[in-house]
Amino acid sequence: MRRLVSVASLLALAALALLGGCGRPQFSDAEKKTIASLALNTLPALKADTTNQYADVPAAAALGSTLFFDVGMSRDGTVSCSTCHKIDRQFQDDLPQAVGVGRTNRRTMPLAGVARDPWFFWDGRRDSLWAQALTPLENPLEQAGNRAAFAHYIKNRFGERYERIFGPLPDLSAVPANASPLGTDAEKAAWNAMPASQADAVNRVFANIGKAIAAFERSIEPPQTRFDRFAIDLATGTKPQGDAAFSPEEILGLKLFIGKANCVSCHNGPRFTDNSFHSTGVPPVKDLPPDRGRIDAVAQVQADPFNCFGKFRDGDASACRELRFMVKDGQDLVRAYKTPSLRGAASRPPYMHAGQFSSLDEVVAHYSKAPAAVEGVSEVHPLDLSDRERAALVAFLKTLSE
Amino acid sequence: MRHAARDVISRRGTGLASIWRYVLAGLGLAALLVGILAVVYLTAPHSASGPDTSRSKKTASGLFMASFEPERGVIRQGELQSWLLTLKTAAGAPVEGAAITVSGGMPQHNHGLPTSPQATDYLGGGRYRIDGVKFTMSGWWQLRFAISAAAGSDSVVFNIVL
Repeated sequence: MRRLVSVASLLALAALALLGGCGRPQFSDAEKKTIASLALNTLPALKADTTNQYADVPAAAALGSTLFFDVGMSRDGTVSCSTCHKIDRQFQDDLPQAVGVGRTNRRTMPLAGVARDPWFFWDGRRDSLWAQALTPLENPLEQAGNRAAFAHYIKNRFGERYERIFGPLPDLSAVPANASPLGTDAEKAAWNAMPASQADAVNRVFANIGKAIAAFERSIEPPQTRFDRFAIDLATGTKPQGDAAFSPEEILGLKLFIGKANCVSCHNGPRFTDNSFHSTGVPPVKDLPPDRGRIDAVAQVQADPFNCFGKFRDGDASACRELRFMVKDGQDLVRAYKTPSLRGAASRPPYMHAGQFSSLDEVVAHYSKAPAAVEGVSEVHPLDLSDRERAALVAFLKTLSE
Repeated sequence: MRHAARDVISRRGTGLASIWRYVLAGLGLAALLVGILAVVYLTAPHSASGPDTSRSKKTASGLFMASFEPERGVIRQGELQSWLLTLKTAAGAPVEGAAITVSGGMPQHNHGLPTSPQATDYLGGGRYRIDGVKFTMSGWWQLRFAISAAAGSDSVVFNIVL
């Protein structure tokens, strides 16, 4: 009997030793596969943008770069794209809501990898990078200009550079100094008084401004991070060395990110985004105008004359499948916003579409608690993460900024 | 662990109270049982409890045989893809001129499809191109087809697990 007891005890202890972690791999094969899918080395080469024939023309990118940083590209000569998309701040501005000529109602988005997006702005109200670039130029709260004034400005200031890329500028001598279908009442009246051919010529110059800026923005790509070095070592079976080694807390955070916390459902792929729109119950900001997210952007992108179906698109309509097959209605779109990339996120608070949360701790606490949406239905469910788990998630997210 | 094992062996000879021995043995046996159960659980196939992911099935009321395959053979997460829906009658004749609408979503995530797929082309032989299909995340997706043809109206749901 004694011997039996001893043998049973020994067997049990051996079984415990096997299951108890001695020699157990840190990550399962499924986890390793997910981690590998997030690493930057799986980011494919940037695809050509057939809707913008100048997308990969160096002279267009150079002109786009000049325009991006030029405060002359605004009504009062004080605001450029780079006012909010600051080159030394991941092309964002650290503010809860962007401030151009006035204060907007949305957080400035960073630009790393932006040329890979199918939709632009938090709500996807534009469907190409070049159509996006045109929108702040005429938004009264951003650059507050008008397309007729931009056409004149380009001719006077950059005429030669423009013509080397896009061909001859149109005759603008009869075009009013200020005119736009989206401007002030006077600008609208001036626009409506223009012959269609003249409006078309101005629109074409305006579209080319967007195409040049987009060509520049295509060069802005996400840099490699500590996470990527760790992921590559994990995938190749190399022991991570130096800063590629993760602390136990960072490993726990990564496991939660791809496991229990479900972050990877939406924040997937090497850019940590599914490029889609989701309601996650983020609360509105009190003093801002009502903001319903994607549901109100559908009509805007459909009405945009610079969208993929419009006549300013280069190439054929086969490039327009995102627009063609977009979801146009339904509860899912109410207060739904684009999944932002998490690369570099830890070093650019505040968070969410209107800067609602000032720290990653607040963001993680929101997802852990998962409050109901004020309108529509939130897709997230409470996670009830412990303090230790929330801190681990934040620790992991920081590895995407180092 | 090795120290603990040595303790057990050494204690056997020291005339330890028999009640303690039985408690230890009981604990040991319980641990062994947990270990065996864990091994069984970890090695058991998990697909047994998942949804039916067959790519070919009868429609809900049995009017048609439907099969659904990615046109290029592989599913690529995050990309707009075209799929082929092939419809045959119960007798095996291709179903022509069908009106097809597509809906679906992720049953476990409270959301519908990220795109609005449509039947864009009839390719002959009962084959319809369903374009604009995109799976933005891994997990269980459902695509539901409402089919209306000369033989009548029916529907079918395909489960796709990524």
